[in-house]
Amino acid sequence: MADELYGALAEFRNPEDLMAAARKARQAGYRDLDAFTPFPIEGLDRILRLPRPTISVVGLAGAIAGAGTALMMQVYVNYDYPLNVGGRPIYAISAFAVVTFELTILFSALAMLVGMLWQNGLPRLNYPVFNAERFHRASKDRFFLCVNAKDAKFEAGKTLAFLSEAGALSVELVPG
Amino acid sequence: MSDRSDILPTRQSMGGITDQLTGIPLHFPVERRWLIAMLFASALLLLLMVSVVELFTRGVGIWGINIPVNWAFAIHNYVWWLGIGHAGTLISALLLLTGSQWRNSLNRFAETMTLFAVVCAGIYPVLHLGRPWYVYWMFPYPASMGVWPQFRSPLEWDIWAVLTYLTVSLAFWYTGLIPDLAAARDRATRRGWQIFFGITALGWRGSTTHWLRWSQAYRLTAGLAVPLVVSVHSEVSLLFAAGQIPGWHSTIFPPYFVLGAAFSGFAVVSIIAVALRSWFGLQNLVTEDHLDLLGKVLLATGLMTAYGYVFEVFDALYSGEEHELQTLADRFAGAYAWTYWGAVIFNFIPLQALWWRLVRRSGWMLLLISVSVAIGMWLERYMILVTSLYRDFLVSSWRQFTPSFWDWSTYFGTIGLFLVPFLIAIRLIPMISIFETKELLHEEKAEEQHG
Repeated sequence: MADELYGALAEFRNPEDLMAAARKARQAGYRDLDAFTPFPIEGLDRILRLPRPTISVVGLAGAIAGAGTALMMQVYVNYDYPLNVGGRPIYAISAFAVVTFELTILFSALAMLVGMLWQNGLPRLNYPVFNAERFHRASKDRFFLCVNAKDAKFEAGKTLAFLSEAGALSVELVPG
Repeated sequence: MSDRSDILPTRQSMGGITDQLTGIPLHFPVERRWLIAMLFASALLLLLMVSVVELFTRGVGIWGINIPVNWAFAIHNYVWWLGIGHAGTLISALLLLTGSQWRNSLNRFAETMTLFAVVCAGIYPVLHLGRPWYVYWMFPYPASMGVWPQFRSPLEWDIWAVLTYLTVSLAFWYTGLIPDLAAARDRATRRGWQIFFGITALGWRGSTTHWLRWSQAYRLTAGLAVPLVVSVHSEVSLLFAAGQIPGWHSTIFPPYFVLGAAFSGFAVVSIIAVALRSWFGLQNLVTEDHLDLLGKVLLATGLMTAYGYVFEVFDALYSGEEHELQTLADRFAGAYAWTYWGAVIFNFIPLQALWWRLVRRSGWMLLLISVSVAIGMWLERYMILVTSLYRDFLVSSWRQFTPSFWDWSTYFGTIGLFLVPFLIAIRLIPMISIFETKELLHEEKAEEQHG
């Protein structure tokens, strides 16, 4: 077990304690950090130096794909089967606006949902942290900080001691 | 409540809220009342099934529709149901973007309401087709007949708008649900629940990296959902306004329809909020302040809808067009004047009670006013459909409309189609957003500490 570790997990009572501990861990030189919280905590991503998410780019790509698909579809359909309705234009952009708008939104929203899950590596029903004894409270009322075993500075005993000193309610090692 | 504007009582703990809300599906507290409601809803659903079988066997002739009133209950109830759905998206998406935190106790069941209301709306055009097995003709596929759907017609826009709305609402609802499914998964003790929540939560673990991407996706989808709602009911109004029928051919229609939709939707949200609150003892989360705010929104959207009524009359008078004026006269004093005055009375008279704070904060008063609004908006859609169609340009084609038994049975049946999945959803998933409530509670507590 000892050589197959996922990391060290520390439990905190509230977001403020977690953020203080995360700041200390960064200062102490830990880099491979993650936190598990019952709701999103504003500012935690800056402390952990996480990269900015790129879901907006995925959404934009979806929107462009949707608009393109809708416009091409409507133009082609009217090209292939031109129907003269009281002399109105065959390629009536204003009449195509509604379906184009709808497909823009549809493709964009679906791209963002799928992109978010894909980038997060979900669905993945099992994950090492779920084996931690107290982790079930991460979805309830506790805030967890995890130092990954791959971190250059990680040493099981020292890291655990460091985390308890940083104000953790409990600390434990998570098997990998 | 202190002078700080706390919407949730701060004397409760995050753990308590989690246990309370996950406990509703996991240890269902009101089994008997739920079963009675389910029995009633299933009876209505059965009525719908019988009506649909009868309809598919004998055709749309079993309804009261005729020429010229060929768009009666089917489109009338379609518009009504779709409008109800709109409030769910507005509460969830618009109020998320404006940072109105009181939405956090209401958004989940409002979104759920949206989903099933849109389903009820969506089946109506299909039933109205006459030959519903040809519904796929609406989609562009390379047909052997060599024809394509006509994309320059509002009728074709409709199916794209409604299907997009349903799909995006479902995506938004599920995105917001994932963290709560994870919370329920971690509380579940029985095997069946563990498997159900385990799979639906997709292995969500609340990692900060995940939350970051999740928040961005959630907010951006909300940003897309707001113009989508406005576009969907505007598009529905174009089904009417793009035609030349007197009483329909007016530029006021898109905003008039969207506001009426929000009005009827907020009424149904209020009904559900009051009912769930007393059923499950959720007074600590859906507080009197929430009811107060719902009452204010209902009053505001109601007054905006009233403006639509005034402007519709002005529009007809200002046009000076003979047929418009005749339709106006028919609405005020014709054979269906009862629908016009019924709509005015049910929509706007009890509504005025909401000017008083005492009324807004009382659950059963809000409930009664909301029921009145739902009825009033139903009458309004009836009025818009029938008073315009039964007497159009040619006197030779004037004809009365009387709904038949099957019109009514299909309509009441769709109420079952709404209630059955809604009751199942109450039974299976947390009906109030757990993590957003906790987030709000944490913010309020932090504020309390720091003053």
